[in-house]
Amino acid sequence: MDFKILKHTGRFLIIIGIQILILNQIHFSGFITPYLYPLFILLLPFNTKGYNLLLTAFFTGLVIDMFSDSLGMHASATLFMAFLRPAIINLITVKTEFEQDVEPRFEIMGAGWVFIYTLILIFIHHLSLFTLEIFRFAGYGETLLRALLSTAFSVGLILLAHILMGTQKKSKA
Amino acid sequence: MRNLINFITRHYFFFLFALLQVVAITLIVQNNTYHRSFFINSSNFIAGNIYRMQSGITQYFSLKSFNEQLVEENTRLRSQIPGSYLTTDQNIFTFRDTLHQKQFRYINARVINNSVRNRNNHMTINKGRLHGIRPDMGVIGSNGVIGIVKDVSGNFSSVISLLHSDMQISAKIQKNNHLGTILWEGFDHRKVTMLYIPPHVELEKGDTIITSGFSQIFPEGITIGVIDEFEVRRGDNFYTIDVQLFADFNKLEYVQVVQNIFRDEIDGLEALNGARN
Repeated sequence: MDFKILKHTGRFLIIIGIQILILNQIHFSGFITPYLYPLFILLLPFNTKGYNLLLTAFFTGLVIDMFSDSLGMHASATLFMAFLRPAIINLITVKTEFEQDVEPRFEIMGAGWVFIYTLILIFIHHLSLFTLEIFRFAGYGETLLRALLSTAFSVGLILLAHILMGTQKKSKA
Repeated sequence: MRNLINFITRHYFFFLFALLQVVAITLIVQNNTYHRSFFINSSNFIAGNIYRMQSGITQYFSLKSFNEQLVEENTRLRSQIPGSYLTTDQNIFTFRDTLHQKQFRYINARVINNSVRNRNNHMTINKGRLHGIRPDMGVIGSNGVIGIVKDVSGNFSSVISLLHSDMQISAKIQKNNHLGTILWEGFDHRKVTMLYIPPHVELEKGDTIITSGFSQIFPEGITIGVIDEFEVRRGDNFYTIDVQLFADFNKLEYVQVVQNIFRDEIDGLEALNGARN
């Protein structure tokens, strides 16, 4: 049990560190931002308790907010994504084909499933984030475009992270 | 009552979500009201220090271009000192003097965190209350307006960038002193928009836009940019002017915070006006 807490804390620090120190400084053609940090929520085991899921998401978002002066926005978007996670998992999974105490990863769920799962949730996250950010302004087409482009980058990044984690596990074994 | 509690515990997932979402939205709304000091922003201790460490490493990569920039600025400033003018008429001092007193004081600072990609951009600088910085002070770079200080902590300040939806700066066209307002419509960090110049004014591509000095935040005559394009949009009775910024917000490093020594006096006087009306 303690090992699990340690693992998740370490993963949290690494992912948040990469997000704040590297990705937040990247400017793809002015307005495309890749977000890696939702990966932390996506990777929580299937049987994570509901309150745990929501509070973790809220806290993660708040930490990102603290570093990007956008108080509440990431928290709100990440929370929304976490809220929809169980429903999305139910929607795209054929029941009883996996154990509950595992993480949604390539080795267990297959690459296709992880891709769809990441794509849907990241798009939800980005769309709500950019909507909140623009808030009082018209021009929703541009927000949508921005969400789509950023989703493409983030999903690519997250799948890359999945692949890297996979190779790490294999080399250890 | 028991039914209610049962109902809530059965659907606690939704209720917890709703509760946290309300907290988040409250935070967003509160943070949007202009000068609210809040603990959770990048001028606080942890975030400020992590950013300082990071920029301590990354600043070496841009040393060369900043040296060039400093040399350029030195040259420009040297050409502005009184000794380099032929006439030593007192008038040239009015730029920064009222009755030959110093009106504006400048505090050097380094940008340790910056963004240009969001609709509302902020930056963090490495000076704070201990160095004399207060909320509402203007921030300028070596070639133009950068932003306004929002929150200060002991050693850091967070600055609302010019690239922010709440930001409006009183500006004028240098050649004919016509007054307008500068704001940012988003997307391109090298361009801002100037509004409220009446259509009878003659404009040309390349005209310089400077601060008006009416807001007490920036001194008069700080450069902002040059006119890139202008048109009267259908239904408007003023120009919409695209202004190409001088400052490259994507690679800011050293900035100056402007302190207006007479600000309280002027604001107090103007508040009297408001009270009388």
